[in-house]
Amino acid sequence: MADNILVMTNITKLYPGVRALDNVNLEVKSGEIHAIVGENGAGKSTLMNVLSGTIPFGEYDGTILYEGRKSHFKTVRDSEELGIVIIHQELALIPELTIGENMFLGNERKSRFGINWDETFSQAAKHMKRVGLKDSPMTLIKDIGTGKQQLVEIAKALSKNVKLLILDEPTSSLNAEDSKMLLDMLLDFKKQGMTSIIISHKLSEVAYVADKITVMRDGATIETIDNSDRSIDEDRIIRGMVGRELTDRYPSRERSVSDKIGLEVIDWCVNHPVYTEKRVVNHVSFNVHKGEIVGFSGLQGAGRTELARSIFGKSYGTSITGTLKVNGREVKLRTERDAIEAGIAYVTEDRKVNGLVLVDTVARNNTLARLEKVCHRGIIDVDMENSVGEEYKEKLRVKTPTIQQLVNNLSGGNQQKVLLSKWMFADPDVLLLDEPTRGIDVGAKYEIYTIMNDLVAQGKSVVMISSELPELLGMCDRIYVMNEGEMVAEMTAAEATQEKIMGAILKSDKKGAKDESKGA
Amino acid sequence: MKASAIVKKYTMTIALVVVFIFFAILTEGRLLYAQNISNLLLQNAYVLVMACGMLMCILTGGNVDLSVGATLCLVASIAAQLLSKTSLGAYATIAICMAAAAAIGAWQGFWIGHMHIPPFIATLAGMFLFRGLGRVLLSSKTVSIANKTFLDIFSSYITVPGIDKDVYWSALIVGVIVAIGLIILTIVNRAKKAKKGYEMKSAVSEFTQVFIIDILILAYTWQLAHYKGIPIMLCWVLLVVLLFAFITSKTAFGRYFYAVGGNEKATKLSGIDTRKVYFWGYCLMSILAGFSGLLVAARIGSVNGDTGLTYELDTIGACFIGGASAYGGSGTVSGIIVGAILLGVINQGMSIFGLDNNWQYVVKGAVLLIAVIFDVVSNHKTGKA
Repeated sequence: MADNILVMTNITKLYPGVRALDNVNLEVKSGEIHAIVGENGAGKSTLMNVLSGTIPFGEYDGTILYEGRKSHFKTVRDSEELGIVIIHQELALIPELTIGENMFLGNERKSRFGINWDETFSQAAKHMKRVGLKDSPMTLIKDIGTGKQQLVEIAKALSKNVKLLILDEPTSSLNAEDSKMLLDMLLDFKKQGMTSIIISHKLSEVAYVADKITVMRDGATIETIDNSDRSIDEDRIIRGMVGRELTDRYPSRERSVSDKIGLEVIDWCVNHPVYTEKRVVNHVSFNVHKGEIVGFSGLQGAGRTELARSIFGKSYGTSITGTLKVNGREVKLRTERDAIEAGIAYVTEDRKVNGLVLVDTVARNNTLARLEKVCHRGIIDVDMENSVGEEYKEKLRVKTPTIQQLVNNLSGGNQQKVLLSKWMFADPDVLLLDEPTRGIDVGAKYEIYTIMNDLVAQGKSVVMISSELPELLGMCDRIYVMNEGEMVAEMTAAEATQEKIMGAILKSDKKGAKDESKGA
Repeated sequence: MKASAIVKKYTMTIALVVVFIFFAILTEGRLLYAQNISNLLLQNAYVLVMACGMLMCILTGGNVDLSVGATLCLVASIAAQLLSKTSLGAYATIAICMAAAAAIGAWQGFWIGHMHIPPFIATLAGMFLFRGLGRVLLSSKTVSIANKTFLDIFSSYITVPGIDKDVYWSALIVGVIVAIGLIILTIVNRAKKAKKGYEMKSAVSEFTQVFIIDILILAYTWQLAHYKGIPIMLCWVLLVVLLFAFITSKTAFGRYFYAVGGNEKATKLSGIDTRKVYFWGYCLMSILAGFSGLLVAARIGSVNGDTGLTYELDTIGACFIGGASAYGGSGTVSGIIVGAILLGVINQGMSIFGLDNNWQYVVKGAVLLIAVIFDVVSNHKTGKA
C-alpha cells in the first residue's frame, strides 16, 4: 500500500538459545500513532532496535520497507538520516551540558572555526518552542526535571527532521499531568503529519492516544487492533497480551487487618540531605496495622520515597525528627542495619540502581540483606544459600534457568521478584514497597500483588507507594495522600476514588498557593 | 561443559601453560631447572602476597592502592633499622613492623572509607608520603640485615636431618601428603553434599581437576627436592593466599566486597556498612604490603630507598591479568594467582633468555593490555558487560 510509511515483513532475530523475534510483521500507516504493547520480553524493544539500526542489517532475517524502499540500516545514524528517531526509556542526555548542546550532540552546528553557538542556541530555542519548553536553551540538563528532559529528547528528535518518531515507554517516569501533556503533544504532531510508534505498559494511555495497537507476545505479533474511533478498552488489550481473559486484575483476598499496629510514625520531619534548609517531609504521622496494606498516593516529589527511606534507618535526609514505633515499641534507628534488625524492609523503586547487584547471581542477591542467616560464625554455607535461592525461586516463580544466573540477564519482572525475595528472606514485620510494579508487565504485576496478599495474610504490615491510582485502589485497605511533604488526606479503600485522591492533592495545592500569597 | 566454555573459563590458565612451554623451549629447558622453579616463587612472593590485598581493593569497584610499593619500603626500612640499630631482636621487630603496617592501613582506610577521599588520590598521596618517610628513616643509605633469626624466619629452607642430603626428600614427601590429602578432601566433601542432597559437579570433571592439580604439586615438589627443599617463604605465601581465598569465597566479610563493587547503593540499603568495607580493604592491603616488606628485606638482605619501587604496578597488573574486573565486583584469588605466576614466568623466562630489561617492560605492558582486552571482548560477546 502506498500510504504505509513502514512495512516490516517476517523479521526474525535469534539470540543464542532465544528466538527474540519470530516472523514479526508490522505495518505503520503514514501519519498515524501506532502503539506496540506486550509483556516484558515480548520483543518490543528488540523490534525497535532492528528498525533503528541498533541491531545492524544482516544480523536479522526479514525485510524492512521504509517509504517504499528497502532499508539496510547498519547504524543508528543511517536510520536517523532518513528521519527515523528512537527515544529510549533511559534518557540519553548528558547532565552537565546545556539543553542546546545536548540537542545538537554529534550533529553540531558548525562555523568556520568551531561550533556556532548563536545558531546552536537559536535553533534549539525554535525546536523547544514546538514542544512547549520555555526554559533557556542554556540551562543545564541536570537542573531540569525528568518531565522536561523528556521534552528535550523530543525537541532533539524534531531537530533531526524526524518523520517517524519511536518512543519507548515515554511516560514511565512522568507523573499523570506531564504524561497527559506529552500524549497531547503527540496528537498535535499527528495533525502536522508526523508518524509515531509508542511502546507503553500504560494501557489507558495507549487507548487514549493510539490509532492502531499491535500486540506482541513471545516474540511474535499476535494482532493489530484498530482504535481509530477510540473504542477499545484496556481489557480488550490485556486479553491480547496475556492470551487469556484476565477477569480480575487484582487478586482477591480475605480482609486480614488486625487491631494491632505494626508500624506507627508520629510527627516525622525530614530535611533535604544537600539543601539542608529544605523540608521534604513535614510533620507526617501515619500507622499501618498488622495484616494491612496501606497505600501512599501523591505526585512525584510529594515526599513519599523520602519518608520511606528516612524511616528505613535514616538512609535519606538530615535533621530527622519524630517518633517511630514498631510493634508498639519505640525504636531508634540510626542505620539501615538497625532498621532491618527492627523488622523493617524498604524495597526500592529503582531496582537497578538501588536494589540489586546486577553482576551477581540470583542466589547471592537473595541473601544479601540477611547474609548471617546462611552463615555460621561469619562463614557462608554456600549449599544452604543455594537451597534458599531455590526455595524462593519456586515460591515467587522467578523465571530463570538456574539460580546461578546473573540478575542482569533476567527480565524486569523477574528482577523485581528477586528484589522482593531478598527482602522476604530478611523476614521483616513491616515492608515498605516503593513502586513495586514499576515497569513490569500485567502478568508479573498480578504475581507481585499475589505475593503482597500472602505477606499480609501472614500478619505483616505492608506500605505500598504507587503512582498508579487504580493499583492503589485495587490493592489497599487504606490510602494516605501526600503532597509537597505533607500528609493531606487519609481514606479507607471503600471511600477512596481516583477523583477524591486527585481532589485532595489539588485542594492542598490551592491552599499552599493561598498561604504563599498571604505571606507575600 | 562445552569445549568453548572450558576454554573461556580457563583462558588465563591455558595462557599460562602456553607461555610456560614457550619460554621452556626458548630457554632450551633452562626455565625448568630446579633452581629456577624454586626461585620463580621466591622472586614473586611479594606479588602473590600483595595481589591478595589488591584484589580486595579492586573488588570494591576497580579501585587500586598505589601506595603499596612505598608502604613496603617504609616497613622494610623500619625492620632494617630496628635490627641494625637496636637490640630488640627479630620477633619484637616483626611485631613492631606489622603494627606499623596496620597503622598505615588504618590511616588509608580512614580517609578512603570514612572521609570518602577517592582511593586513587589518597593512595597517590600515600605513595609519596611513605616512600619519603622510608628514605628519611634510612638517611638515603642502604642498610643491610644480618640478624640470623630474622633471615631464617623468612628466607631459609626446611631441612629434615637424616632424610635430606643430596636430594631433599622431605619436600617430595610433603608434596605426596598434600596430593593425597586433596583427593581425600574431595571425596569427603562430595559424600557430605550427597548426604544432604545438595547439587554436585560431575565426578569426572571434579576428579580430573584434582588429578591435574596433584600432578602439578608432585612435579613442583620434585623440583624443590632437587634444590634446597621447601623454602619457608613458600609457607608464608601459601598461608596468605589460602587465608584470602577463604575470606573471599567463604565468608560474609568477603562477600560484602563483591556486593560493594557490584552495586554500592544497593549494598548500603541492604544494611551493610560500606564504609567499613572500604576501610578493611585498604587496611588489609597495607598489612600485606608491610608483610611483603619483611619478605623482600629478608630475601635481598638489605633495604634502600628504592626497595619496592614499581611493585604496585606488578601487583595491579597481576590482578587484572588474573581476571579481576576493572569495574569491581568480580575476581577470585585463584585467578590472580594465575595472573601473578604468568607475570613471573614471563619475567623469569625473559631474564634467563637474556632479553634486555627494557624490553621486559614492553612485553609486560602488552600482556596486560591483551589480557584486559580479551576479558572485555569476551564479556561483551556474552552480554555480561
